[in-house]
Amino acid sequence: MEVLLAITTGILYASGIYMILRRSLVKLIIGIVILGNGVNLLIFLMGGLTEGSPALIADSGEILEGIYADPVPQALILTAIVISFGLQSFAIVLIKRAYKVLGTDDTDNLNKTDSII
Amino acid sequence: MNEHLIMYPIIVHLITAILLLFFWMKPSFQYYISVVGSAIGIIISAILFQYVWANGIQSIQLSNWEAPFGITMVADTLAVILVLLTNIVAFALSIFSTENMVSSRVKFGYHAIFHFLIMGLCGAFLTGDLFSLYVWFEVIIISSFVLLTIGGRKDQIEGAMKYFTLNMLASIIFLTGIAMLYGVAGSLNMADLSRIIPEIENRGIVRTISFIFFVGFGVKSAIFPLYFWLPASYHTPPTSVSALFAGLLTKVGVYAMIRIFTLLFPLDEVSQVVFMVIAGLTMFIGGIGALVQKDILKTFSYLIICHIGFMVGGLSLFTEVAIAGAVLYMFHDILVKSTLFMTGGVLYRIFGLTKLSRMGGLMDSHPKLSLLFAIPLFAVVGVPPLSGFWPKVSLFFASYVNGNVFITILFIFASLITLVIVAKIWNAVFSKKYEKIERDDSFRYFNEFNFKEKLSYILPIIILVGVTLYYSFFAENFQVAADRIANELISTEQYYNAVFKLN
Repeated sequence: MEVLLAITTGILYASGIYMILRRSLVKLIIGIVILGNGVNLLIFLMGGLTEGSPALIADSGEILEGIYADPVPQALILTAIVISFGLQSFAIVLIKRAYKVLGTDDTDNLNKTDSII
Repeated sequence: MNEHLIMYPIIVHLITAILLLFFWMKPSFQYYISVVGSAIGIIISAILFQYVWANGIQSIQLSNWEAPFGITMVADTLAVILVLLTNIVAFALSIFSTENMVSSRVKFGYHAIFHFLIMGLCGAFLTGDLFSLYVWFEVIIISSFVLLTIGGRKDQIEGAMKYFTLNMLASIIFLTGIAMLYGVAGSLNMADLSRIIPEIENRGIVRTISFIFFVGFGVKSAIFPLYFWLPASYHTPPTSVSALFAGLLTKVGVYAMIRIFTLLFPLDEVSQVVFMVIAGLTMFIGGIGALVQKDILKTFSYLIICHIGFMVGGLSLFTEVAIAGAVLYMFHDILVKSTLFMTGGVLYRIFGLTKLSRMGGLMDSHPKLSLLFAIPLFAVVGVPPLSGFWPKVSLFFASYVNGNVFITILFIFASLITLVIVAKIWNAVFSKKYEKIERDDSFRYFNEFNFKEKLSYILPIIILVGVTLYYSFFAENFQVAADRIANELISTEQYYNAVFKLN
């Protein structure tokens, strides 16, 4: 299972970077979204996978016993997902606005602010 | 009770921002709340600084979850001084924005977002947890996106696209580093990590992770070759926004770099060389870039990049004197870069544009303003006794004693090229004869302003120039503070003991 997830993470990173390198603004945002998902999966994977034993204390006990899934990465991903959701929705509004104002979605045409006037 | 003081600078700006949201429909009233909130911020952070200076490093465990399980906030000398400087700059800028931001922009919540950004900066300086550092970075960048695009002019949107893409990518790289570090170390508390990381046997993976962090923070602090977003976007928003970005946003990246590479991954010989080469190239490319620009704000943007090299170069030498120099340089840079961009804003109001070739004759038309503007310009070069001179003494000395002639030469080259650029600006703006150009009737020029408007433009510059002059003539105080900071950074026990309350 871990190997499968590791390969999936790799594919997500690779395709995210490929999409960012395309010239279209829409593909750029899709690339960032995919890359963000790859990172979330990586955090999840780095905690180690433990199937079927959530970090819950039984009614009878005071402390956690035996092997249990690490709860920290789960908390981290939740935070990271919420943050990236906010940023991605901003990004989508921004490209819509950019397309309207600049009249292009080709990143090669976005060179006005870089040129020496 | 007293350890709660660490949270107050964050809470002040949070409350101010929330209060501002209630006055969404009353832009004219928002100015007052913003200025008062920033003034309270200065007082609180001065008290915090006083307390930490007297009692050593302080820490607080949020919700009483003991370290390393909960989130720790740590106030060491470096963090509190940066929080104080951030609040001073924020105060000056909240006065500057009263007239600089037109009310159509204020209507979209400029002041509230401004205070959220300052809150994010204070949080990033004060946190002692790696993941919470990421969260504060996100607070900073989402606020900066809004500030950058507010108003929605054509070049603003275009600059924001570049700024957005690269900063988002940097955050993803930073998060990748955090994930991998958690995988090998099993903790995210920085003090805890400083003990775990040296014991990890697989040094290869530790080095890889350290360079992932270097790339992530490198984009944020605009080092070579990751700086391209900065000159593409910093000149597009209103000058009060770019002054805020110029003074503080790249510096928070440098701060994170200094923190991570002293506490978690102390530099070894290989990474020292990498840092040194990158710092040298940053100074070189930034200086050359600034030299060819024809727009005053773009020239200043490239100067920011050039001077980031001084701080990274100081860090790369990794001796106590060099780190003290880098930290001193950071204090100087925060004050001076904000002042320079505000100066650019006033010049824009005087001449109606930012092209160097169409300005001129300011010495004859506004002699008092010219004198005021001369101080930050000379300070950025480092003319003694102004503020740029003192950190450079430490940096030159440290690099020369270390025997690193390469970085010494580049320090001198960067100082020299800054001098050339300032001479060029001086000639173009102040002493060249002004050729009258056609006036735009819809534009409000500086000379048409009433006294209150003029004051809101000039007073913040006077405040920051005053602080710069204090730095210049009482540099001894700052040197003492920087020596103490360097000592705290190099010998990490103090930080560790403060977090785990061992005495």
